[in-house]
Amino acid sequence: MHKTTFSDHLILLFGVFIMVGPIFVAFMTSTHDAIDVHMKGLQVAWGDDFVDTYKEVLTKKGGFTGDVTGARMVMNSFILGIGFAVGKIVLSMLAAYGLVYFRSRFSTLFFWMIFTTLLLPLEVRILPSYDVMTKLGLVNTYTGLIVPLLASATGTFFFRQFFKSVPDELLEAARIDGAGPFKFFIDILVPLSKTMIAAIFIIMFVYGWNQYLWPMIMTNEESFYTLVRGIKQILLVWVGSQIPEYNQAFALAVLAMLPPVLIVVIFQSWFIKGLTESDK
Amino acid sequence: MAAIEISSVSKSYTGDALAVDNVDIEIEDGEFIVLVGPSGCGKSTLLRMVAGLETITEGEVKIGGKVVNKKDPAERDIAMVFQNYALYPHMTVYNNLAYGLKNRGTPKAEIAARVNEAARMLELEPYLERKPRALSGGQRQRVAMGRAIVRKPAAFLFDEPLSNLDAKLRVSMRGEIKHLQKRLGTTSIYVTHDQLEAMTLADRLVVLNGGKIEQIGTPLDVYHKPASTFVANFIGSPAMNLVEGKLTGGQLMIGDNSMQFSSAPPADGPVTVGIRPEDLQPTTGTGIKARLDYVEELGATRLAHCMTDGERLTAALSPEIPLADELTFAVLPEKVHFYDHATGKRLSNA
Ligand SMILES: Nc1ncnc2c1ncn2[C@@H]1O[C@H](COP(=O)(O)OP(=O)(O)OP(=O)(O)O)[C@@H](O)[C@H]1O
Ligand SMILES: [Mg+2]
Repeated sequence: MHKTTFSDHLILLFGVFIMVGPIFVAFMTSTHDAIDVHMKGLQVAWGDDFVDTYKEVLTKKGGFTGDVTGARMVMNSFILGIGFAVGKIVLSMLAAYGLVYFRSRFSTLFFWMIFTTLLLPLEVRILPSYDVMTKLGLVNTYTGLIVPLLASATGTFFFRQFFKSVPDELLEAARIDGAGPFKFFIDILVPLSKTMIAAIFIIMFVYGWNQYLWPMIMTNEESFYTLVRGIKQILLVWVGSQIPEYNQAFALAVLAMLPPVLIVVIFQSWFIKGLTESDK
Repeated sequence: MAAIEISSVSKSYTGDALAVDNVDIEIEDGEFIVLVGPSGCGKSTLLRMVAGLETITEGEVKIGGKVVNKKDPAERDIAMVFQNYALYPHMTVYNNLAYGLKNRGTPKAEIAARVNEAARMLELEPYLERKPRALSGGQRQRVAMGRAIVRKPAAFLFDEPLSNLDAKLRVSMRGEIKHLQKRLGTTSIYVTHDQLEAMTLADRLVVLNGGKIEQIGTPLDVYHKPASTFVANFIGSPAMNLVEGKLTGGQLMIGDNSMQFSSAPPADGPVTVGIRPEDLQPTTGTGIKARLDYVEELGATRLAHCMTDGERLTAALSPEIPLADELTFAVLPEKVHFYDHATGKRLSNA
């Protein structure tokens, strides 16, 4: 085995520095006040405006109409991220369950049809999707924000591969034990998919949290703003000779980064546990 | 507990060859039936049709007098033990045993009573709170058995339940299964390709070949009167010697060796002659002359592989008997089996 030397550590530390450095600078800058930042540029030392900045970011009514606070944006982001991840998991699990266990003659065809939607990401179908949502009157609703993004070929694909690897005898044993399709799904497949669900939840939550284009098109009421959109908003509202609130923008960026990081950290331990004690 | 009747049952998977071909078996209440045959002969398919996991192409399966062709596995009142155990990996042993009862709406207290009783019977009590992955192969096997027992079904169906265990454990589990089945008196169908397992477990054996029944009978029946060269070759280890011979009015010629029969089958011409290795005993008198090829020592016996006129003969001898390059074997006339040269069917020499 390779023996780790001092220079190995040096390389790793350098990598950590490159990755964490900007985040550190962003956080430190957010603890200063706007004038400081404007005059002296980015900061690497702790300022004394931490409480003020974050309190203001979370509670100050912002925007043109003044009916959105940072806290509201955090909530919107969570609704989008969680709704997105949970919806995608539920839909793709059900789709994969149908494809794998209810073998109809066309299931392969259906699978490939679902798969080809990978070639049609949101950006390609954004106009028709928006059109449909307007006609359904779902502009400026959470439903309109989340539902059109839920169909997931990737999720369906992963769950399909996983279900296929579950031994047939398990289904047969369950059938003999009197479990119907619904019971088998809930009692056997879902618990077995735990680690799969955790993995997909991480990916989809982060993906949903970071959505920018779709929320921008679907919602124009400021009360629906997400954090990712809000950052830009703060920089837009400065008018005239007012100093841009860079510290607040950095604070929002840090806030926007925090939940995805936490989700990854929390679920990762499950994830590793699931990988090491194989459950199948 | 119930009798099982399999009448003219056939199965074709894709419309071409029949995996199971017109099979009739009547199984009495409480009987232990073993389906045995080489790989791919349709044993599992037949068992799975009884279980309801495979549709029946033709024919009828009755359990306890009722036709079950169209019934779901859960409605057939059977329990199945799979080769790979098929335990629910995320449930504790207790829940594995209880799952089938829960689904049937059995009251909690009764579930607990039945699970504990089964656990006691199978010595699983210390493991009830463990997950299957924390059990040894033999313990998992027991849990699979327990899952069948707690349900108190009309019949147990076993599909090669012991083939994932090592040789020693297989022998002891074999004994346990037999013991348990006798104690519970539950009708059982057991699939194996191991003829020794089949012989030791069965009340009656069903030998299958290419989807067809070759013979049904008690282990001793099948051993002493194999109905065809296939059965003769399949049942018994080392396998029965099958050599070409010629019958002319009570006189059998095997190469240059001749034997006289007072009650030979009424057939003239070429026949296939079967002799069990242990029925060949060296003699100083007349008999079948053979040249010793090589010897295998098994401890209690010794297998002498010989050649006689281009035919291979194996004799199971006691190790005390001195060996020579040239041996002469005597056979009792009633230990010689005659088979039709063309069809391989047994010719009666009653
Ligand atoms: N799902 C299936 N589709 C098509 N053919 C099948 C299917 N299952 C089994 N067969 C065929 O049916 C025949 C009997 O198979 P079966 O599994 O019953 O054999 P078996 O006697 O249990 O063999 P083994 O001892 O190897 O388990 C085989 O020729 C097999 O290829
Ligand atoms: Mg089989």
